[in-house]
Amino acid sequence: MSSSTVNWFRYSSPASFFPLAGKLVPWFAAAAALLTVPGLWLGLVVAPPDAQQGEAYRIIFIHVPAAWMSMFIYLVMAFWSALALMFNTRLSAMMVQALAPTGALFTFIALVSGSLWGRPAWGTYWAWDARMTSELILLFLYFGYLALHAAIADSRRADRASAVLVLVGVVNVPIIYFSVKWWNTLHQGATVSMTAAPKMAAVMLTAMLIMTLAAWFYAVAVTLLRVQAIILEREGRAAWAGNLAGATR
Amino acid sequence: MSFGDFIAMGGYGFYVWGAYLTTAAAIIVEVFAVRARLKDARRAAEEGATR
Repeated sequence: MSSSTVNWFRYSSPASFFPLAGKLVPWFAAAAALLTVPGLWLGLVVAPPDAQQGEAYRIIFIHVPAAWMSMFIYLVMAFWSALALMFNTRLSAMMVQALAPTGALFTFIALVSGSLWGRPAWGTYWAWDARMTSELILLFLYFGYLALHAAIADSRRADRASAVLVLVGVVNVPIIYFSVKWWNTLHQGATVSMTAAPKMAAVMLTAMLIMTLAAWFYAVAVTLLRVQAIILEREGRAAWAGNLAGATR
Repeated sequence: MSFGDFIAMGGYGFYVWGAYLTTAAAIIVEVFAVRARLKDARRAAEEGATR
């Protein structure tokens, strides 16, 4: 192993990370596309209708991956925010900025798909139960982060203020996750957990996990693409950025 | 199962396809928006470097 010769801290500088991000994007995008095809095939064609819900349950292959990603991306943002505050690293703050729109997007998809599932399953598009309300608060946390960051002209100050917001808001993630246990919710409990056998057929579980993996690869690809734009926007005056923009097209 | 049955989704077509099409549309919009943002940022950075 020659891993000691690789200086990983090199990539904590935006200038070094920019070309790496550019090289990684096509691979993550391709993996997302290649997983989506069997994921949709298994979920929409191979998996049998649900005994109680008929075909309506197929929304699960969108809803659960989107809901998981909405929480996971927020946790990743909190991780980078903590690093940005502790070490005052520019790239960490840029990663937070790059993740937020995609986190908001997955939260939006989770809410819309859940609403469209709620109507046939429960007879209503929306209820103010703990799971749905806390997921809506997650959407507002993403919007709040984006608004706060955009409102402060000095980007380093914006990074610090919005990192604090992200870290305070992280308390909402366990509330979302455990809401179905802590409160009596209209929303059903967890179908898949780390501690118990999944309460669903193997083909359904497989389709759901493949779609989740596809969503993860997609999120990484689009975040790396966006962080490249953010690096150029924020460090564009530096000479290297001009050279990079041309050289790595 | 016919193609018509597949689209109908046992009467839940509106809900199932509504969820899938909303997701597809959201992803397409995001990909185009991010690509446009990167293109603009590249152009601005190139102009900044040659000045």
